[in-house]
Amino acid sequence: MNKNHKILEVKNLTQYFGPPSNPIKAVDGISFHIYEGETLGLVGESGCGKSTTGRSIIGLYNITDGEVIFKGQNVHQIKSKKEKKRLKREMQMIFQDPYASLNPRMTAGEIIGEGFDIHGLYKNKQERQEKIISLLEAVGLNREHMMRYPHEFSGGQRQRIGIARALSLDPSFIIADEPISALDVSIQAQVVNLLKELQEERNLTYLFIAHDLSMVKYISDRIAVMYRGKIVELGEAEEIYHHPIHPYTKSLLSAVPLPDPILERRRKRIPYVHEETPDTAAMHEPVPGHFVYGTEEQVRKWVQQAQR
Amino acid sequence: MEKRHDTYGELTPEMFRVVGPRLAESDQMPKKTVSFWKEVWYRFRQNKLAVSGVFILAIIALLAIFVPEFSQYSYRDQLGVYNEAPSKEHWFGTDDLGRDVFVRVWYGARISLFIGITAAIIDLIIGVLWGSISGLFGGRVDDIMMRIVDILSAIPYLLVVIILLVVMEQGLLPMIIALSITGWVNMARIVRGEVLSIKNREFVLAARTLGASNWHLIVRHIIPNALGAILVTMTLTIPTAIFTEAFLSFLGLGVNQPIASWGTMASEGMGGLRVAPWRLFFPAFFISLTIFAFNAVGDGLRDALDPKLRK
Amino acid sequence: MKKPLLEVKNLKINFKTYAGLVQAVRGVDFTLYEGETLAIVGESGSGKSVTSNAIMKLIPEPPGIYADGQILFEGKDLIPLSDKEMSKIRGNDIAMIFQDPMTALNPTIRVGKQIMEVILRHKSVPKHEAKERAIELLRQVGIPMPEKRFNQYPHEFSGGMRQRVVIAIALAADPKLLIADEPTTALDVTIQAQILELLKEIQKKRNTSIIFITHDLGVVANMADRVAVMYAGQIVEYGTVDDIFYNPKHPYTWGLLGSMPDLNNKSDEKLYAIPGSPPNLLHPPKGDAFAPRNQYALAIDFELEPPMFKVSETHYAKTWLLHENAPKIDIPEPIVRRMERYKKEAGLNE
Repeated sequence: MNKNHKILEVKNLTQYFGPPSNPIKAVDGISFHIYEGETLGLVGESGCGKSTTGRSIIGLYNITDGEVIFKGQNVHQIKSKKEKKRLKREMQMIFQDPYASLNPRMTAGEIIGEGFDIHGLYKNKQERQEKIISLLEAVGLNREHMMRYPHEFSGGQRQRIGIARALSLDPSFIIADEPISALDVSIQAQVVNLLKELQEERNLTYLFIAHDLSMVKYISDRIAVMYRGKIVELGEAEEIYHHPIHPYTKSLLSAVPLPDPILERRRKRIPYVHEETPDTAAMHEPVPGHFVYGTEEQVRKWVQQAQR
Repeated sequence: MEKRHDTYGELTPEMFRVVGPRLAESDQMPKKTVSFWKEVWYRFRQNKLAVSGVFILAIIALLAIFVPEFSQYSYRDQLGVYNEAPSKEHWFGTDDLGRDVFVRVWYGARISLFIGITAAIIDLIIGVLWGSISGLFGGRVDDIMMRIVDILSAIPYLLVVIILLVVMEQGLLPMIIALSITGWVNMARIVRGEVLSIKNREFVLAARTLGASNWHLIVRHIIPNALGAILVTMTLTIPTAIFTEAFLSFLGLGVNQPIASWGTMASEGMGGLRVAPWRLFFPAFFISLTIFAFNAVGDGLRDALDPKLRK
Repeated sequence: MKKPLLEVKNLKINFKTYAGLVQAVRGVDFTLYEGETLAIVGESGSGKSVTSNAIMKLIPEPPGIYADGQILFEGKDLIPLSDKEMSKIRGNDIAMIFQDPMTALNPTIRVGKQIMEVILRHKSVPKHEAKERAIELLRQVGIPMPEKRFNQYPHEFSGGMRQRVVIAIALAADPKLLIADEPTTALDVTIQAQILELLKEIQKKRNTSIIFITHDLGVVANMADRVAVMYAGQIVEYGTVDDIFYNPKHPYTWGLLGSMPDLNNKSDEKLYAIPGSPPNLLHPPKGDAFAPRNQYALAIDFELEPPMFKVSETHYAKTWLLHENAPKIDIPEPIVRRMERYKKEAGLNE
């Protein structure tokens, strides 16, 4: 990870849906950055806006307000078609549902090679095929799988095809939108190991979106916790886990089931009572590198509670 | 719960050495590649009614192609035997002008099928394009396009057809135009519905993140996935067109003499119902049979395509 | 000794498909006692949901085929029962909770009415009493202001609240057995924790037996008295929750335990993942179905299917590693380390 180089900067990203008079505030003015080669985990419960954040960054939605700066360029201000296409190749996405994210009428080879058709790459048939096979092998599949249809694969294999597709255009930044939550436990570990290997080999940067805190903790360098469209806490993975400050993070952590009956029998869930944050609320940094969203007073109170 | 071990015969220590996994074996897939359409075909074949529908249609098509070519009579020959009952000479009898009904039925089949299929193809082209553009672009474009569809389907259909047939001279072409001018709205609605459900599926989003254009999305993702619904709609459009043609012809708005379609033949047959009922019976019978067969095939296709049955 | 409520014996279920006969469940045996929770764990395609649907007789025939076995509920075999006889048992004696609460509810009927319908179908009580009971049920499953919520439609509830309504419907006729098929998989962790607490509380009050289908070992550790680990249509390990978590014997169970990261995993160590893919049950492999993915596979695993070996009175495992001639292989390092760490943590909290 290169702490000097921010590959992505998100400033005051805002994404509203519905009528402007009474919008649904899916993402409500969030700011963060990701360093090159890093994995930033974005966790939160369903409806908190974490998937919307990913989709807004990659440009699937027209954002309401804010800036997304990727490698020094404001993504939403690019006008020229050529630049837009170049950007598409740099930034890719892995989707949650390995059943829904592959076109059932296309073979694995066609799915992985789709980006080549769109960008007019590898027009030579031989070359194209070799590239597809090398991608299949990179994700632990082989050439025999090329002519197969998605429904013939198991969930884990399908997600590998989705990963190969995301890698096909040699991106530097990948948004992984809950890439493992639809998979079985044993397959989750396979896919997470694969993502880590690929990151090392190809110097990839990940935005890893998930609701499974234990996996996020394992794969991420830093973690951002999202709640109701806002990032409420952000910091180093270990720090967030061992010294959470925001009561919502604490509640979330206390709810993770552990694979141990004795611990489970004595687990105490900490319920979270929603606290309104007035307009004066902002990001505070009570511990270096550890950010918490709230009013000054709230943050002081939470830090005290956390220290106890 | 426990089973006895000695049923396994001799277990040598050799068999208990650790050999480790065989991963290639675990990732192996069955030899046979099962594409979506192969499976559809398999399920379609299971449906006896639908398969017999296909057979009936094939036989009708073959007879329509060959009978008028190879028969000793032509559809317009007046043979001098009027209103004769079915016999060895004239299998379906003759009409009031002394024409062989058998040949005329198969000649009429050509016209009826031609009108039905052409109308369905025109519906298909306009409907699919209209529906997919409307559904994919959404927003204002969708609003305007769908309002046009609404207006077209709000105008009494028969009125449009009658005006059209009165303004233009009666014949094959005006009939086809009359059938397709409002016929495609149904297809457009169905395709739009499909597109709306497909366009937010994750594989379409994935293609968009790869930088796909709208045209690419329509051709590669939306049409292949909507093809099932399109096919079913089309197989059900053909009989509707055939029926409408027959109905309009029956009202006297059909193709001109001496060209025959099933509809005009039935219309003429009405006049001689008492003396020569076969003149009405045969064209009416084949209209019903064809419509029945197309519906059976359409229903069979729909069942075969139903993803809920898919495992 | 507790009384057995449900005994499943040598259950085999096949599905006829275009590609051939899929053997989804290949000889499953287990016993469920009154008031206890049995967790069935396994990957998708392991046959765990097919097994639970089979108990409810919800397998469509065709393509499904009850090929062999018995499902004894209070001593009576359910398999030969007609649909009409089954409908008296469904909802009344055995109730089910599904993964997606929205599909289990009728969106056009007020939730209160949906609960009342079940009560009126199975119990002969007057309408006003059914209503009182329905409101009481809503209160019991932790829905605030049940009198008001009674008249609302499913879409007016949040995901967690909807699942509570589904549980209320399932409890309406006071069933003896509750089958929960991944009831919390679609829910957020905090909601999941609440639903699990609710189910345990209900069980305590009513002495209901629960079959809990899940792939999450954390949930199993929380809920189960006993655990059946399923793989490729068979139970490969069966024991009390402590047997399975502290003395696992089957390499597949090791793999499942190892592939779960916990909050203490260092991110530079690799997760212990089970390699490969689960077998295609169109052609179940010869011998031990797990062998091709098993790093401790023995030569015999590729030849002969292992029997269930008895580890203790409560604990069985289907692996040749338990045969007297087999080499001694210990539980993999990372799992042992974690168990010890947990034990220490638990000790510290005392």
